Amino acid sequence: MAIIAEAIKWLLKHPVTIKYPFEREAPPKGFRGRPVWDMHRCIGCGLCSRICPSGAIEIIGRGQEAKIKHYVDRCLFCGQCSESCPRNAIKLMNDFEHARYNRDVMIYEYKRET
Amino acid sequence: MSYGSIVKVPFGPQHPALKEPEHFLFEIDGEIIVNVKPRIGYNHRGIEKAFERRTYIQNIYLAERICGICSDAHTTCYTQAIEDLLGLDAPPRARYIRVIVAELERIHSHSLWLGIAVHEIGFDTFFMYLWRDREAVMDILELISGNRVHYAMNTIGGVRRDITPEIIPKIIRSLDFLEKRTKYYMKALRSERTVLKRTVDVGVLKPKDAVELCAVGPTLRASGVKNDVRGDDPYAAYDEIPFNIVTDDGCDVFSRMLVRCGEILESINMIRYALDHMPSGMLRVRMPMAVKPGEAVSRVEAPRGELIHYVKSNGSTRPERYKVRSPTLANIPALCRMFIGQHVADIPIILAGIDPCFACMDRLVFIDVKTNKRKSLDFESFSEMVRKQRNFRLA
Ligand code: SF4
Ligand code: SF4
Repeated sequence: MAIIAEAIKWLLKHPVTIKYPFEREAPPKGFRGRPVWDMHRCIGCGLCSRICPSGAIEIIGRGQEAKIKHYVDRCLFCGQCSESCPRNAIKLMNDFEHARYNRDVMIYEYKRET
Repeated sequence: MSYGSIVKVPFGPQHPALKEPEHFLFEIDGEIIVNVKPRIGYNHRGIEKAFERRTYIQNIYLAERICGICSDAHTTCYTQAIEDLLGLDAPPRARYIRVIVAELERIHSHSLWLGIAVHEIGFDTFFMYLWRDREAVMDILELISGNRVHYAMNTIGGVRRDITPEIIPKIIRSLDFLEKRTKYYMKALRSERTVLKRTVDVGVLKPKDAVELCAVGPTLRASGVKNDVRGDDPYAAYDEIPFNIVTDDGCDVFSRMLVRCGEILESINMIRYALDHMPSGMLRVRMPMAVKPGEAVSRVEAPRGELIHYVKSNGSTRPERYKVRSPTLANIPALCRMFIGQHVADIPIILAGIDPCFACMDRLVFIDVKTNKRKSLDFESFSEMVRKQRNFRLA
């Protein structure tokens, strides 16, 4: 019976859930979302691609010419790539809605623009 | 009353108690269980083998994914094993942060379990309130680590993130809220007739049996046995933080509820103490590039009980062998003892009573049925075998 009083108390209050996707709550500071590359900083050393635990990063070429392919469908959002990058070229963003119907559109490409 | 004939009832792999598949064969006389045979292995994921294919750093994130609920316990255990192998010591601040995250995880895991337990006895109102309030601890974990489930806080040689002074007041506020709610729920559990009728004297595990069958964690402590890795073999900063090991003498499912509630309250006090006494200093020490050949074992008190990791290194960049003994496996023999003499209707709540996580537990061994010999395979011969089988089936 102890729970009845609690139930009555909450009957007249607003629901605690929010109506996603119509309402959204911003993730807290320091949230680990999708990593993005700043290719002006990247020196194309390939360390991020070697350290990534899930093989989500592909590097094509080396040095300034290097192209980075990030397969977000494989990414764990662990942030190890951004931690290991010697040039601090990788930042984790705040976004978390990555699900798509097609894996082919879940690839992000980065290349240095001249 | 005996009905004079024993009926065998298969339970699972798909069963009403949990989402995870596992099989139990019950022998029942009327409504009473007289015997049970477990058959495990439906949820094997090959994680131990996967450890051998990844570097030590990559394996931190693999260890985290052994379990979605005690993810921090697995990484703590993993990093401790590797630190042992390397002869590293995590700095004092890192050890305190490990304790704080581990205890927050214990709070979330125990409230999750309490919710499931009351759901198993059909008390969904209680379940909803418990899980609503559990969000408070999930939010703190997200605030500290950047993710609700996989915190990725531990790394070899320390932790990856600091607990900054700005977020401490928020943590304290949530802890106060959780303490109030847990005390209320504990009182409600004690006075709620529905709960008492379904859990008192259900799934009894005598202290002698619990010790004999090597039960671990809250299951063991609810049988009145004071045993906790945090107290018996302190790791991280547990030797510097005062706490009580919560036990209860009821030996039934109700005691398991009370022990877990009591542990939530203890954890809240431990986090408060740790936040107050956290030393300043470094968060991590550098990991040397080469790992020496050798072996290491590490133990951690996960929310479900004692967790053991073993690592063998051959000096390369990857472990040669990795072994995980999760607490659920240790509790299976005790679970089978609890079933004897109980009603069929109580199977789900007794099963849920040990807080099982079958996916963490299941392992696989190859047995040649003709010769009855066990064999283990390395990765290459395993893929070879799979390839052959596939050809065979296609042909
Ligand atoms: S580790 Fe950093 S610098 Fe090296 S390739 Fe990756 S992003 Fe570029
Ligand atoms: S966040 Fe982790 S999984 Fe994702 S790309 Fe970086 S290292 Fe790989």
